[in-house]
Amino acid sequence: MKRFIGFIKKEFYHIFRDRRSLFILFGMPIAQILLFGFAITNEINNVDIAILDHSKDATTEEIINKISASKYFTIKQIIVREADIETVFKKGKIKAVLNFEKDFSKNLIKEQKATIQIITDATDPNTANSITNYINAILQNYQQSKNKGIQIDYQIVPQTRMVYNPELKGVFMFVPGVMTIILMLVSAMMTSISITREKELGTMEILLVSPLKPFQVIIGKVVPYIFLSLVNATVIVLLSIFIFKMPVAGSLFLLGAESVLFIITSLALGILISTIAQTQQAAMMISLMGLMLPVILLSGFIFPIASMPIPLQIISNIIPAKWFIIIIKGIMLKGVGITYVWKETLILIGMTLFFIGISVKKYKIRLE
Amino acid sequence: MKKENVIEADQLTKTFGDFTAVNAISFEVKKGEIFGFLGANGAGKTTAMKMLIGISKPSSGTAKVAGFDVYSQTEFIKKNIGYMSQKFALYDDLTVKENITFFGGIYGLSRKKIKEKRAQLISELGLEDISNKLVGSLPLGWKQKLSFSVSLLHEPKIVFLDEPTGGVDPITRRHFWEMIYKAADQGTTIFVTTHYMDEAEYCDRVSIMVEGKIEALDTPKKLKEQFKVESMNDVFLKLARNIEAP
Amino acid sequence: MSISLSNISKSYKKVKAVQDISFDVNPGELFGLIGPDGAGKTTIFRILTTLLIPDEGTAKVAGFDIVADYKAIRSSVGYMPGRFSLYQDLTVEENLSFFATIFGTTIEENYDLIEDIYVQIAPFKNRRAGKLSGGMKQKLALCCALIHKPKVLFLDEPTTGVDPVSRKEFWEMLKRLQKKGITILVSTPYMDEAALCDRIALIQNGAILDIDTPKAIVSKFPKTIYNVGANNMYKLIQSLQDYEHLYSVFPFGEFVHYTDQRESFEIAELKSYLEKAGLTDIHIEVAQANIEDAFMELAK
Repeated sequence: MKRFIGFIKKEFYHIFRDRRSLFILFGMPIAQILLFGFAITNEINNVDIAILDHSKDATTEEIINKISASKYFTIKQIIVREADIETVFKKGKIKAVLNFEKDFSKNLIKEQKATIQIITDATDPNTANSITNYINAILQNYQQSKNKGIQIDYQIVPQTRMVYNPELKGVFMFVPGVMTIILMLVSAMMTSISITREKELGTMEILLVSPLKPFQVIIGKVVPYIFLSLVNATVIVLLSIFIFKMPVAGSLFLLGAESVLFIITSLALGILISTIAQTQQAAMMISLMGLMLPVILLSGFIFPIASMPIPLQIISNIIPAKWFIIIIKGIMLKGVGITYVWKETLILIGMTLFFIGISVKKYKIRLE
Repeated sequence: MKKENVIEADQLTKTFGDFTAVNAISFEVKKGEIFGFLGANGAGKTTAMKMLIGISKPSSGTAKVAGFDVYSQTEFIKKNIGYMSQKFALYDDLTVKENITFFGGIYGLSRKKIKEKRAQLISELGLEDISNKLVGSLPLGWKQKLSFSVSLLHEPKIVFLDEPTGGVDPITRRHFWEMIYKAADQGTTIFVTTHYMDEAEYCDRVSIMVEGKIEALDTPKKLKEQFKVESMNDVFLKLARNIEAP
Repeated sequence: MSISLSNISKSYKKVKAVQDISFDVNPGELFGLIGPDGAGKTTIFRILTTLLIPDEGTAKVAGFDIVADYKAIRSSVGYMPGRFSLYQDLTVEENLSFFATIFGTTIEENYDLIEDIYVQIAPFKNRRAGKLSGGMKQKLALCCALIHKPKVLFLDEPTTGVDPVSRKEFWEMLKRLQKKGITILVSTPYMDEAALCDRIALIQNGAILDIDTPKAIVSKFPKTIYNVGANNMYKLIQSLQDYEHLYSVFPFGEFVHYTDQRESFEIAELKSYLEKAGLTDIHIEVAQANIEDAFMELAK
């Protein structure tokens, strides 16, 4: 036991004396959460649009006023010719153009029908989509207020309500994702790097030729990172509660327990990587390419799994992060208990046991 | 006939803050001479050599290498010297031919000249059968011979060798020294930095640096006579001891 | 026997690292493996320290089989790998106490064994290992390898990259350790260090050329060696290589070592041949063979 404690002490020396790893450990989580929270967002705000009004009558004016009154859009430019539409898009500032047809009011009264063309700059499809939706909503709203008192035979009024994140705050979605990435990064990458560093330095040879048992070396490498990852998870949760006012609806204890489980999954992956990689550089490459990219792309963190092609949907199932994200979203946003996430939890436990199993099998008591 | 000097250093000094890495060293090296530049790790050899090859500016003193000033004409110096170190020599993942072509290219040789030199070099070293093999697959001794030849591709006036023969088997080592003698005989100056005293025995003259200063400079034979010992290793041991315990 | 190898072979993929190696090291002996880089020295060390399993052959260290009893070997040997394997970011003292802890001992318990080495680095005990000079790293690595009082000490190229003063001190330390009853197997590419061992094995390309005391190996050299010097080294070598009675010629510092094919060799005859070749300041004398001469003769 004394040997083991001596080993762990040494690991902490390594971590606290290496500025680079300290930065990854503590700088990254904070930087990432702030970055995702503030800078990267799907919400639209003050989007610049242009108007091409061929009728210039009372109705179009009302609609334009309504749009410009909303906080989502700013009317930056009034254009007069169809040809200008392309010009304003090319300049890049204007994200959408509203094109009112000629005799808008007249058509509306005479034929009960008038057209507005909404042209959006779809170089960024997500924003373009949101813009269209927002404008549609404003138009619908306007139409309803106009039709008030007029009896229409039947009418379907959709009533939408966004639950769990009523303000559609992007940060609510990113916090679980960032937490997953950080835990994965710290646990898997840092352990695999710290093990391969011993291989590179040649100290692994001495550790092997010592009475220290291989599993003691591995556990000794892992323990400090379990501790540090937990500190990280706590920092992230605190940041999201106090800075982004994100509620944690479910049990904090369950959240902690699930995080420990996922940390162990990631550590097992890290150990597995270190049995394959011979150098720190290789360990880092494998961690980044093999773990980070799938976590970002296939876990449902940024791109919804349901809209992926079927093969990718199937692949996403073997990514531990996918299950962890489902679990923590459930706990943090929906406030569900273990009865709702037991399936995902079991899957994670299964994966962890599997990775530990392979690592133990692959771990060498010798050099080859 | 007095031979011209190709390296002249006068009171050359390099300081890093309070620390004087190279302390007013003065020496000259003649054309075609094999000059050993010895010293323990940290004695200032590497710093001094960096100043001579024009990649580090001296703090004070003057030096001329191949006739060019180490302060203002470093570009010309680089064109007139070759460099070979034990650590970086050739690209392991390129073939023998590709390495020669690449280094010929960076030294600015014409395509015709490269082709000519390549053929000559391959036949001189007897590498015809393996000229299309990756350098990484060659034995260490061959790599070193090849890398020395490559450092001579652009016919430099001076070649700087950094611990050229460490770890090589004795026979290959002697072949390597034969190549050095040949190059020297043809007028190339050879500047060998090493902390391996055995290599010093092969040089025409050696200087020994201790703590930033040149403490001895003569032919190995005279140094051994002066210190009344059998080998350069013992010369160094005596010298280091004298300085450590005055 | 402290160490005994019989018919050990090991290949990596296609490359044969060592082939059919056998030798014994007696208890308390200072035994040297002498050979250039790539000769297979490190492979032998790794096999003996149980880090590699040989393809063929058996070996015993301190009475234990290297495959079956690898755990017993691991707690009774000290090993200093080729690069000084220390934690660069830990201080001298932290390194030493770490290695003491993992071997289940303390610095105090075996301090007498390392004392005369450790006092030399003790003034720097709070310095990080990465900031030490080569000589000091070497001493610290040796202390770390000794801290659990091993019966057998394996030192893989301990003097590579170290200055002559530290090298000399290091060999003096080894002699003192040997007196304390520790069996030492040391490897080096430097032929001049061979003379400092009790017995040596000359090794090249994975095969042993000869095993004996350094003196005996030198005395077996079959030819008389002559030191030959002249005004131009390159022309001297060229001329000797063209000489019809040449057996071998190798540059050796300021001279070349020349051996002749014939039993009856006349110095004057060679001298006049060289003079005719246009050389001056010719100097020929009988010289002592050394380990390098022997190595080259055996490696031919």
